[in-house]
Amino acid sequence: MATVLSVNGETRQVEADPQKPLLWVLREDLDLLGTKFGCGMALCGACTVMLDGQAVRSCTTPVSSATGKQITTIEHVASTQAGRKISEAWVELDVPQCGYCQAGQIVSATALLDKTPQPSDAQIDAAMTGNICRCATYLRIRSAIKKAAGIEEGTAA
Amino acid sequence: MNAPAALNRRSLLKVTLIGGAVLAFDVRIALAQTAGGKAIVINAYVRVNPDNSFVIGSKNPEVGQGVKTMLPMLIAEELDVDWAQVIAETTIADEKVYGLQIAGGSFTTPMNYMPMRQVGAAARQMFIKAAAARWQVPEEALTTAGGVVHHASSNRTATYAQLAADAAKVPAPELAGVPLKEPARFKIIGKSKTGVDTAAIVAGKPLFGIDVQKPGLLHAALETCPAYGGTLSSYDETAAKAVPGVLAVVPINSGYDPAGGNDAIAIVAESWWVANRARAALKPVWSTDAQKQYSSAAFAASAAAKFEQGPEGSILAKGEADQALASAAKTVSAEYDYPYIGHATLEPQNCTAEYKDGKIVFWAPTQLPGDGRRVVSQALGMAPEAITIHMTRIGGGFGRRLSNDYMVQVAQIARALPGRPIKLIWTRTDDMRHDFFRPGGWHSLTAGIDGTGNLVALKDHFVTVGKGGKPGTGADMHDTEFPAQLIDHVAFGQSVVESSVPTGYLRAPTSNAMSFVFQSFLDEVALAGGMDLPDLLRRTLGEARVIKSEGRSPDGSQPQFDTARARAVIDKVCEMAGWKGREGDEAGDGVRKGRGFGFYYSHRGYFAEVVDLTVAKNGGVKVDKVWVAGDVGRQIINPINALHQAQGSVIDGIGQILSGQKVEFNEGAANRTNFHDYPLPRIIDAPEDVVVEWVISDNDVTGLGEPALPPVIPAIANAIFAATGKRIRSLPVVPAQLAV
Repeated sequence: MATVLSVNGETRQVEADPQKPLLWVLREDLDLLGTKFGCGMALCGACTVMLDGQAVRSCTTPVSSATGKQITTIEHVASTQAGRKISEAWVELDVPQCGYCQAGQIVSATALLDKTPQPSDAQIDAAMTGNICRCATYLRIRSAIKKAAGIEEGTAA
Repeated sequence: MNAPAALNRRSLLKVTLIGGAVLAFDVRIALAQTAGGKAIVINAYVRVNPDNSFVIGSKNPEVGQGVKTMLPMLIAEELDVDWAQVIAETTIADEKVYGLQIAGGSFTTPMNYMPMRQVGAAARQMFIKAAAARWQVPEEALTTAGGVVHHASSNRTATYAQLAADAAKVPAPELAGVPLKEPARFKIIGKSKTGVDTAAIVAGKPLFGIDVQKPGLLHAALETCPAYGGTLSSYDETAAKAVPGVLAVVPINSGYDPAGGNDAIAIVAESWWVANRARAALKPVWSTDAQKQYSSAAFAASAAAKFEQGPEGSILAKGEADQALASAAKTVSAEYDYPYIGHATLEPQNCTAEYKDGKIVFWAPTQLPGDGRRVVSQALGMAPEAITIHMTRIGGGFGRRLSNDYMVQVAQIARALPGRPIKLIWTRTDDMRHDFFRPGGWHSLTAGIDGTGNLVALKDHFVTVGKGGKPGTGADMHDTEFPAQLIDHVAFGQSVVESSVPTGYLRAPTSNAMSFVFQSFLDEVALAGGMDLPDLLRRTLGEARVIKSEGRSPDGSQPQFDTARARAVIDKVCEMAGWKGREGDEAGDGVRKGRGFGFYYSHRGYFAEVVDLTVAKNGGVKVDKVWVAGDVGRQIINPINALHQAQGSVIDGIGQILSGQKVEFNEGAANRTNFHDYPLPRIIDAPEDVVVEWVISDNDVTGLGEPALPPVIPAIANAIFAATGKRIRSLPVVPAQLAV
């Protein structure tokens, strides 16, 4: 069955079971491998993408529910102002260790800054708590979000 | 510029070095690597591009510990090129060329710090010799910088790229004799370098094993017997093959019991999602009668019985422990235990392989490719030379990927479908259930102190898990366990509970459990003697000395313990945290604050840590701040990453004690399935800060993947005691038991 998707600003058509999770459509049908498989149950956040600006877990999002919405993945997240600032801060502070969770972290952080340009410490933790980092790069994740938001370290917004 | 004909010549250098006091190295440089593109191969680690950029190889797997940045830093420093000229790449797995290739044991730094510098220095010598010959000047008259050779008196310069064709023909110098830079002249080592893959990770580039793409790639999912050692009796092959999209169904031996029968069924499809969904149609029947006896309840009952019976064997008997305890002014006894826990790498186990014409090629996220070659060779009856292994970036290792079961599995699937690359991916549940777990263990301890509180005797009955009376992998205890080497009367006995559960190494293996047991127990002993743990440790350490022990470590080093280095990190962290002794107080409304201390020596690194934490009314524990003092030798190679490794290790340790990590077994099968029942620490669990300071000592440089982890676990347990008066003697912490 042909499904029309809007992915990273482009219209893409895929032949996929409507129940197939968006994660696997991105990875298998659209060759967008940046979005990662971690748990398959929306528990770890490695698969986070934006649907119309909302951070969602693509591993439990059937592709059928993504039609008609703007899908933004890690490959395109730096095209927005918040995404660019987040990505730059991520590189500057060298946030990744193994790096596997970082696509999801960056997308979640971008969705946060899109809506809340000056997040408080509590808002940062709340927005990012669905994203597990097994290497525990959490201190730098916090710092990078603050840097991207222009918040000085050691101060709360 | 074409690759010179001289590259047909093979020159294999084998040099054994003694790096300082403890480590033996084996370094080989092959000069006849295949030249790729227009680059010229100088040695197995260095290629020169026409634009005077340098492809520098990192020989060990990158799991997030930073070796793909750190190893090329060492080479680039002595090659005398600018870091901006360096393009880092992971080499192929080939132990004949590169020696041991491993992400484990915090070995990469100690085993490669000198050899990789020598590799870079040797290549630099080859450029100097090429320039000296071209210009007919003495080598001593030449200097280098930024990948350029300079002859001052004639003011001639040549880039390494301009010299590369000649340099590649220069016989490689003896590594041991090449001159190295004085550390004061370092331009790269000791300067923070962002991870070489960081920008690609942030851009979402496909770097990991799970991202491998090949023309004609097929995907495989695997249904494996939940109980270790069980075998496949029957399954519905017809139903599975009838699922639309399924291309093949292949029963295999998963590798858990290589001598056993088939115990897993692979489903192959064009889509992994299709293959995985088709597992439901398999309806496998497993033969697990022999596994039914293995459960966590049975393990615990057996351990309790063994405590009653007394040790089956001895790990260490030194002095007269029983007599010393009988005449001690005071004795302290306690029982401690910790559970099996898993690795839970965020990238689930996966591997890609193609079998063709009797040969097999892997794209493998493995921490130990040489072992992968060995086990695949055995399982498939193939010559090691018929096996090619490309190492991918790895989405977390923590020791899980030292075991190469996924390579054995995908190899069998690929052999059934020759000519098609196969990518095997496990689900999270597969990954949780088919781990090589950190083994659980039980300890019954007694210590004796004299009238002034000095520790004079120590006994431990260690009950561990294993097979046939022998501890499983990572389930042993060493006779050097701190503080056994520092006191006169010690008796460490051991008993083994029979278990079918596969065990393995988890980041800081043995140490992550032993630190909890011994540093928590010593906190009890210190209290009994009217002092705090740092004071008891200082007294026990005594005068400055290096204590060598019998035997050798896997890296060839002789284990040794330097009391002065231990004391220095203990003093340092107490100064950093403003330690004034064990502290705890009520913050009102049931909220309690506590401060605790832990020290541990593992993987050649000395670490002392202080934790401040808050225990809520409901018993929930939040670590507020951690101070870390560490001594890993005379040089921090990449400070930005060193700090991050220590911070990550600390939060990993916080997870082990506070997140509820515990795997239990029922009829031989693990009972955890995903992150809801096996939680990892999340950002809300991270302290506000983990402050790290390095104690630089004139000792060999060592690795940082592991040694910062162990001390934080007892530091938290001791802080909980300070806050609540409740001693944590069993992991993980159960918040309800701390509620008021």
